[in-house]
Amino acid sequence: MGRIAACFRDLRERGEMGIIAYLTVGYPDVDSTLRLVPALLAGGAHLVELGIPFSDPLADGATVQRATQAALEQGVTPATCLQVVGTLRERGVEAPLVLMGYFNPVLAYGVERFAADAAAAGVDGLIVVDLPWEEAGPVLAACRAYGIDLVPLVAPTTSDERLARIGSEASGFIYCVSVTGVTGAREELPPDLPDFLRRVRERTALPVAVGFGISKRKHVESLRPWAEAVVVGSAIIQCLDGARPDEREERVKAYVEVLAGRRGQDEA
Amino acid sequence: MSRADGGLPDASGRFGPFGGRYVPETLMAALQELEEAYLAARDDPAFRAELEALLRDYAGRPTPLYFARRLSERMGGARVYLKREDLAHTGAHKINNALGQALLAKRLGKRRIVAETGAGQHGVATATACALLGLECIVYMGAEDIRRQAPNVFRMRLLGAEVRPVESGTRTLKDAINEALRDWVTNVRTTHYLLGSAVGPHPYPMMVRDFQSVIGREAKEQLLAREGRLPDYAVACVGGGSNAIGLFHPFYEDRQVQLVGVEAAGRGLGTGQHAASLAAGRPGVLHGAYSYLLQDEQGQVLGTHSISAGLDYPGVGPEHSFYKETGRARYVAVGDEEALEGFRLLAETEGILPALEPAHAIHYAAHLAKTLPPEAIVLVCLSGRGDKDLAVVAQALGVQV
Repeated sequence: MGRIAACFRDLRERGEMGIIAYLTVGYPDVDSTLRLVPALLAGGAHLVELGIPFSDPLADGATVQRATQAALEQGVTPATCLQVVGTLRERGVEAPLVLMGYFNPVLAYGVERFAADAAAAGVDGLIVVDLPWEEAGPVLAACRAYGIDLVPLVAPTTSDERLARIGSEASGFIYCVSVTGVTGAREELPPDLPDFLRRVRERTALPVAVGFGISKRKHVESLRPWAEAVVVGSAIIQCLDGARPDEREERVKAYVEVLAGRRGQDEA
Repeated sequence: MSRADGGLPDASGRFGPFGGRYVPETLMAALQELEEAYLAARDDPAFRAELEALLRDYAGRPTPLYFARRLSERMGGARVYLKREDLAHTGAHKINNALGQALLAKRLGKRRIVAETGAGQHGVATATACALLGLECIVYMGAEDIRRQAPNVFRMRLLGAEVRPVESGTRTLKDAINEALRDWVTNVRTTHYLLGSAVGPHPYPMMVRDFQSVIGREAKEQLLAREGRLPDYAVACVGGGSNAIGLFHPFYEDRQVQLVGVEAAGRGLGTGQHAASLAAGRPGVLHGAYSYLLQDEQGQVLGTHSISAGLDYPGVGPEHSFYKETGRARYVAVGDEEALEGFRLLAETEGILPALEPAHAIHYAAHLAKTLPPEAIVLVCLSGRGDKDLAVVAQALGVQV
């Protein structure tokens, strides 16, 4: 069993809601990424998504765009991202690590070679934001060949037919985009979200994670009946903004502890 | 409309290996809906009649085919014909596509339109179509382009559109498309994205080509009536490539007609400051399609430069990539200085101020004509008029206006 499947099995056995934490690799710098991943896990994250920066992040809101731009200015490449995963594994990180990015950098690297190098580095899953299932064939084949889960995104606008196809062919988990929109923290979740998540659950045996707009403990609580995990990204990047370099790890750890219900809002 | 292309794109939106639909999942349903609605409209006589009436009575079609006698004499070779898209309403070919898609949006029940614009010509055409049809219009435009195309920004606002400056990335057309796509992802249920070039995810490259093919169909008919034969060359500038594919596509099966696309070489292909995706790029995925792309080794999209905002784009429509790979068209690049020469040449010999985009094609065609015998015919798409570029041209020539 892969790390992702094992992670969700453990969550189910403990009856716990999974926390998936997102970081853009190289924001604010590569060394910080290497220190922040263990801090997120110490705070209660169960799985970490590492963003591969791309020059044209058209599904991302202002926060991730800014982090992406800063990472690119420091010369972060897909190869850097693979090295970061390799280094994290050397340092003993055992949690599932998923790379998330856009298709062109993977294509430029070479789909087959990327899957091979990612697997060797210790990557468990891959999310490609602008690669709908109809176009995913070559990437899916390469991921399967190297034991990586290609995690699909589904949206409230995804039809039942496509949900059924994606839900039966994918592996790892299903990433449900909570809103029609780009990434970014939001105050309230859309009221029709439970209906959407029910539609997804009826069409897949895989664990369901919800992302886009999630930033508060109340969001996590409200999704407990409908999902196995939440994905939190922009809110973590916002934690880093304005933090002194020596405060960063403590800040993100404390934030995840609040999300995970390990400490109250006021203590953060 | 014309199916002279053997039915491309295929059902998955591919022209050979190029094209496809590389978009965030949220947009997949809207693209499928758009494709179905477009295919139904294309075969609906009522839709076609409505569009044809608007193109005729409102946009001023057919546009003239003009024999550029003095230009031809100056060059001393082939006869150069200009397809006068600059005389269409709003001053460029963009109106052909804007009217078509705006009518389609109404059919879809979508009353909010978003668009991107580079030079502002597509933004003006979209704002115009929206004013005509009573649709809400939001145009995303790079902050850098707003600076160099100020008259068009004012025109859009007069037409009732909201122009939103885009400050991200290179602050040009590429980033305006990113921002328009972000808006569409967010408001997809109520909004139609009126994409202005033959780029983007399927069905846009096909649909925009079809709406622009009126250029080539008319030119072919007009030239046959006048000369009794087809041109030896058809030449058009290529940014995203909508006027070029509109000119080329009706000649696809006419193998004796050589098709030449003219990209922007900016300050020179060797400087890295250009926008010649086909001449200097390699295939990749940007804005929903697999096509030639200016990118670095890591797959990051490169910044571009051209004196003309409308050509200042790192990608190109997938059908052009297909034409290049199969050899059906040839793609060359013409720089800023040469485009300015083309601009002045046409002004001085014909009394026509071309937009800086087709000034690239004019320069290439004029010098091509020089190498050809007098019986040869070179057809050029004069895709827009130059009023919007006067400030840029004045600055380049060191003149205060």
